[in-house]
Amino acid sequence: MIHFWIRIGLAFTVVIAVGLLFTFERPPVQTVQSGHRGIGLEQVYNRVALENQIARTVFPEEQPEIDPAGIPSSEVYENVQVLGDVDANEFIRLMGAITEWVSPEQGCAYCHSEEEAFSDDSLYTKRVSRRMLEMTRAINAQWADHVGATGVNCYTCHAGNPVPAEIWFTEPEHPQTTRMVGNPAGQNRAGEQVGLSSLPSDPFTPFFIEQPAAIRVITQTALPTGNRSSIKQTEWTYGLMIHMSDALGVNCVFCHNSRSFMDWSQSGPQRTTAWYGIAMVRDLNANYLVPLRDEYPPERLGVLGDAPKANCATCHQGAYKPLFGHPAIEGFPDLVGPVVETTVVQ
Amino acid sequence: MADYQNIFTQVQVRGHAGAAVPIPSGPWTRTGSPYFSYLLGKIGDAQIGPIYLGWTGIASLLCGFIAFEIIGLNMWASVGWDPVQFVRQLPWLALEPPPPAYGLSFPPLNQGGWWLITGFFLTASILLWWLRTYRRARALGMGTHVAWAFAAAIWLYLVLGFIRPIMMGSWGEAVPFGIFPHLDWTAAFSIRYGNLFYNPFHALSIVFLYGSTLLFAMHGATVLALSRYGGEREVEQIIDRGTAFERGALFWRWTMGFNATAESIHRWAWWFAVLCPLTGGIGILLTGTAVDNWFLWAVKHGVAPAYPPAFEVLPDPATLTGGAS
Repeated sequence: MIHFWIRIGLAFTVVIAVGLLFTFERPPVQTVQSGHRGIGLEQVYNRVALENQIARTVFPEEQPEIDPAGIPSSEVYENVQVLGDVDANEFIRLMGAITEWVSPEQGCAYCHSEEEAFSDDSLYTKRVSRRMLEMTRAINAQWADHVGATGVNCYTCHAGNPVPAEIWFTEPEHPQTTRMVGNPAGQNRAGEQVGLSSLPSDPFTPFFIEQPAAIRVITQTALPTGNRSSIKQTEWTYGLMIHMSDALGVNCVFCHNSRSFMDWSQSGPQRTTAWYGIAMVRDLNANYLVPLRDEYPPERLGVLGDAPKANCATCHQGAYKPLFGHPAIEGFPDLVGPVVETTVVQ
Repeated sequence: MADYQNIFTQVQVRGHAGAAVPIPSGPWTRTGSPYFSYLLGKIGDAQIGPIYLGWTGIASLLCGFIAFEIIGLNMWASVGWDPVQFVRQLPWLALEPPPPAYGLSFPPLNQGGWWLITGFFLTASILLWWLRTYRRARALGMGTHVAWAFAAAIWLYLVLGFIRPIMMGSWGEAVPFGIFPHLDWTAAFSIRYGNLFYNPFHALSIVFLYGSTLLFAMHGATVLALSRYGGEREVEQIIDRGTAFERGALFWRWTMGFNATAESIHRWAWWFAVLCPLTGGIGILLTGTAVDNWFLWAVKHGVAPAYPPAFEVLPDPATLTGGAS
């Protein structure tokens, strides 16, 4: 009888220990206060996890400076549509950097056909990367509200991969949606984009496109004044916010004061940066990424045949600033382009 | 000498397996021969049965089974009838209420129709079970305290899934049937209405919830601590204060200056338990109907204090660019 209870006790201990091992975080956890005392405006960090994350991050290599040639690239090379005004030597330096940033293994041939001249546009990768250059230059010129002086370059999203690790496609409708039972209503599974919660699993299609749905659902007055936002709608906003939190490796109070999520007068300046980030992602998807659809071969498209698109994780990849604020346009002034007119998506 | 103590019991008291007191005759009497269960005797009375089901019990179980099946089959269908995924993803799966666009109309089955049917059968099951607790109490000549305590919980259930959705004009406002999904719903509900923690009825509900656990612990501990003096015979001590009662009363007067009585402590416990869902239900009912942002409501009534910002406060950028997002 005693042995029986010892065995039961041992089995119980093993179950508890395994549970602890896989669910609990290794201490110590540190909190960093960002607001007035007593209101819980705190970021929570695990020093070991943060060190590991930084250690895993591969920062781009320095690209040595080069003496200018003194003549623009358009006079030396053919078919230079975006960087024609750039110094010819600087142009070559930038091409080398782009290869390091995007296709270090595939080399120049990833975009430039080996059989044709460098000016040839026959590969889709070259046509896409030209548009990507325009996009990068537009981000650095027009979205300083979000990217600041740090800016972005190809490495910010690509990190040495021809296809960035974090892209999204519109989720196809669940097969049970049109049948008689089992409609999950776009949610109710462990959604990878929403922190494995059961919130709506594709919060990008409604919010990160041209003519987006309203993110704001909370009433701005104490008593009802006609706001008909539903709880289901709130769950979509909630899903998007979980994505943002997950993509930046921060909690809700990085931007919001959780006592009143909607109140700007209690929110930190990060919320403003994030607001411009949402507007930027919409602009990039609507004006750059979605229109590239016809350039891609079928294997680059989503299940529904849509182009790969950007969300917060595309650049941030788990860090509050992409690459923890590593300067992206320092030494590359040509990555800051002229201001171009595009449809502004708010 | 061995003590008779449940949970950490050393001995089990087993008397004659009887049918207990007679009840007035009806179409149903108790069924099954009583027997003893060693394991259940570890935590309570070892005698199992005889049971009384009655027509309310059968109808309630039937309705409950139908609701359970509709929920379960919808969940199973939502993973393409894969049994492994059904088990693996079970905490995430749910049967969703209709999209808000359907209002209070009856939507197609797979657009919330199943949810409405489930709600009907689950409500029928619960109400029939309530009737059963009421009628069984009456049949035994008891008071109906249990039934009315159960009714308090039913009130909260009906507010969440029936009364408030009707007042809001949309079944889509109601709670999904699912483990994580109903928790996400709860969080979204609080977010949508500007933080439910500033809802005073929510606060009251929490007071009674935590208060119930406190009272339960105080009462249970007092009786157990006095069992060596016969303190578990608390009901007799309502009218006949023995040494156990006097000690318990003195203990609480010493420690907090006041004591409940052997009877009143049970009224305290009953009211705390009942008021938890009663006040909670009022709080839910007022949300979205009378108050749309509880934080702003609390500011308006001087409940929520202002704190100095520790960072630069920037204006809402949507007001600067004229856009909305």
